[in-house]
Amino acid sequence: MKISKIVLIIFLFIGFSQLKSEEKNEVMENKILKNVRCLICQGQSVFDSESDFASSIKLVVKKKINEGASEKQIYSFLKEKYGQWILYEPELSKNTYILWILPILLFLLGGAIIYKNLIIRKKIN
Amino acid sequence: MTNKINLFIFAILLSFCFVIFYKGLNNSNIYTPKIKNQKNIPSFKAKDFYSNVDIDSKKIFEANNFYIVNIWASWCVPCRKEHSLLMKLSKNNSVKLIGLNYRDNLSNAKKFIDELGNPYSQILIDNSGTLSVEFGAYGVPETFIINKNKKIIKKYIGPINQKILEEIKLLIQ
Amino acid sequence: MLTNQTGYYSLILGLLLSFLLCGVSIKDFNSSSKTINKNILFLSFLQLVFVIVSFLSLILSFIKSDFSNETVFNNSHTTKPLFYKISGTWGNHEGSLLLWLLVLTLFIFLFLIKSRDQPKKYRNLTLLFQQIIISGFFLFVLMTSNPFNYLFPIPMEGLGLNPILQDPALAIHPPILYLGYVGTSIIFSSSLAAITQNYVSKEWGQHIKKWVLVSWIFLTIGIMLGSIWAYYELGWGGFWFWDPVENISLMPWLTLTALLHCILVLERRGLLTSWVVILSITTFTLSMCGTFLVRSGILNSVHTFANDPARGIFILIFLFILIFLSLGIFFLFNKEDNKNSSNFFWLSKEATILVNNWFMMYFLSVVLIGTVYPIFLDVIAAEKISVGPPFYHKLIAPFLGPFLLFMVFGTRLKWIRSKIENKNLLIIFFMISIILTYFLLKNITTDLLFYTILIAAALFLFFTTLKELFVKKLYNISQTTAHFGFSLFILAILFNSILSSEIITNIKIGERYYYNESEIFFEKIEEKKESNYNSIVGHFKITDEKGKVVKLKPELRVYNQPIVITSEADIKTTLLVDKFLAMNLVKGNEYFNIRYQVKPFMLWIWISVLLLSLGGLMGLLKKRI
Repeated sequence: MKISKIVLIIFLFIGFSQLKSEEKNEVMENKILKNVRCLICQGQSVFDSESDFASSIKLVVKKKINEGASEKQIYSFLKEKYGQWILYEPELSKNTYILWILPILLFLLGGAIIYKNLIIRKKIN
Repeated sequence: MTNKINLFIFAILLSFCFVIFYKGLNNSNIYTPKIKNQKNIPSFKAKDFYSNVDIDSKKIFEANNFYIVNIWASWCVPCRKEHSLLMKLSKNNSVKLIGLNYRDNLSNAKKFIDELGNPYSQILIDNSGTLSVEFGAYGVPETFIINKNKKIIKKYIGPINQKILEEIKLLIQ
Repeated sequence: MLTNQTGYYSLILGLLLSFLLCGVSIKDFNSSSKTINKNILFLSFLQLVFVIVSFLSLILSFIKSDFSNETVFNNSHTTKPLFYKISGTWGNHEGSLLLWLLVLTLFIFLFLIKSRDQPKKYRNLTLLFQQIIISGFFLFVLMTSNPFNYLFPIPMEGLGLNPILQDPALAIHPPILYLGYVGTSIIFSSSLAAITQNYVSKEWGQHIKKWVLVSWIFLTIGIMLGSIWAYYELGWGGFWFWDPVENISLMPWLTLTALLHCILVLERRGLLTSWVVILSITTFTLSMCGTFLVRSGILNSVHTFANDPARGIFILIFLFILIFLSLGIFFLFNKEDNKNSSNFFWLSKEATILVNNWFMMYFLSVVLIGTVYPIFLDVIAAEKISVGPPFYHKLIAPFLGPFLLFMVFGTRLKWIRSKIENKNLLIIFFMISIILTYFLLKNITTDLLFYTILIAAALFLFFTTLKELFVKKLYNISQTTAHFGFSLFILAILFNSILSSEIITNIKIGERYYYNESEIFFEKIEEKKESNYNSIVGHFKITDEKGKVVKLKPELRVYNQPIVITSEADIKTTLLVDKFLAMNLVKGNEYFNIRYQVKPFMLWIWISVLLLSLGGLMGLLKKRI
């Protein structure tokens, strides 16, 4: 009796974690699809688009996730086939350093100016 | 003095922006993926059109030939227009045409081939469109030129016309 | 026919009046009289009348479906309902430019009426600068975008308006939005006038504040209407996509909000004069820049008007002339702040407003750089990239937390020099926020740290402003309401993002779909016929895990002209949650693809933005109480 109970629990556990990993897969799938642009309706993500191209991409992504590919690998694959444009998040490359860094630089610059300004006031006062 | 310097700096920056925007106006805002460097043929398995048997990509591109992969469908109107040019190309001995039947109904596709002729030495079925994704295609018709080193050297999006046909003939010599 | 002529010649007369007004205002500027020439008021009114006549002519052409007019032909159809025939007038490029002219001429006229107690030379110069802008737009319309082109032979039927634009929210979205960001033209003109007259002072601050508030309120509501339209109409359940056109409306809002806060410092203490002028210039410049980016075809977006590079070149040149002119004036006339009064302590309200500017400029730079960088990269390196939501979220979200905290502290500081009062109460609120956040989020999400910081900060602002509202400190009620609205906005967005769920599946008529102890039952299909479309309505009954039943009827519409199939989602909105269902055909199948979303607190997003605007409105009405 005890052994069969343990076996049952183990099976349930495996089944449950299978379910969890299915859920996780679906979450990751949706996340990826929302980050990919549709080439036919160029203003929509693949997730939102109903076009043929979007359906094909959805199938490809699903297959790759089931094969165990990571999010990064799938993005690399799509980038290799279609170019950087297809991804909504611009990767950090020599072309996009300025894109990512410039706002932060401006923020630090502004901060430095304000710091100088206000610290002077503290000293004066 | 500082005001004048600031004005000068801003004037330079603004002129730069102006030139960029001016040039940007002439660029198209629609994106079409381009081939930058020569890519390898993707490796895949696909069903053959007539025999319905799975074939490996290595077997398809075995011979020491130029290959042309053409993505087509019976429901695609421009595909009809380019088909006669494909028939002409198939007469060329240095090249083999491989057809990719994209998201199609098998009997409609067979009717299309029966009606307009078969330029392909082999046709593969791509019902889900996933095989086209491996080639980096996103619609029909698209045509890929593959050289003897098994690399994709050129891609044409949209139907082939006479001018493109001449270009292809030069490429496959 | 007649309407075409009337409309066209009214525009020409308007342009001539613009040149006349420039001349008269310069003459009056140089004259020795103490008050402004009465003729100026009359001429400005006349100009407004001409623009109204032109605008009404176009509306009339649309109502009559007069297809001899090219604009009407391109954008309308006889079977369109009357309401959308009228709103179609401004839903296209040419018509919307008439709207630009309407707001430009209206605002300068109202300005002249409402500024009688202001110095004469300042008023003259404001008029001059505004007329420069107005004449630029008249020329733009007459040379590249004439709404009154003839078509011959006269077509029997028009090409129709895109059905997704046939929606009430979208009908009023442009007029309200334009009152917002075209209204910033008057702030631009008057700032330039003020700085040349050395009039950037407390008095000027008090005078210009109401114009800033009016523009700001309309801009806030206008942007909200656009989001509401996207949510209800576009079928994806989202309301903000960081699409270039959306970003373009957001940028002037950011600078206008920063300007609003600087004006408060200016009217109280006479400081931050450079900031005020620069922000005034930047806000209107961004509006114009937005016009350029949207109408020239340089950007790839679902929202853009028809592409025409010729128009783009005109606006580009016009825009840069305005920028050079305004910056030239600024650098020529700018003076340093009064050394005596600029002595404020680092812990003071002035300092916090500087910090506010700092953060706002950062947010602005993120949105601006994200939107235009792809253009720069394409021209310089011939590479096309996309900048989408992940970029904006990653760069903005981390800074929102500290920003919210500054909002809590900044509002409690006094002018010049202050200390933080009621420290104990603040600490209590802070602790409550953190603990509450922890318990709320513990079971819901895995991004614990990230969301905790943001939600705790937003809750902190929420509690502190709520307390102020209860204690009824009326003198600050506009600020408190607006900041309370903002905290609610952040909370609503965050909780909506964490708690939303979505199911996508294919389903047949009569089928039931089960998930998570809930059920979707596809009852039947009903067919409907309206004046310009046929539709298939799906009847769905959805039972959630608590047994609550909701009936949703999404539609698939086939419009007749242009032939477009749209999916109209059905949304059941309650105070706590929105239930959203959209339906699409699956090709070659009897299946329908449905997308069912449960979105908590959607209504609170709109309510909080309304509260934000209400705060602004209170600020406008305050002195009159």
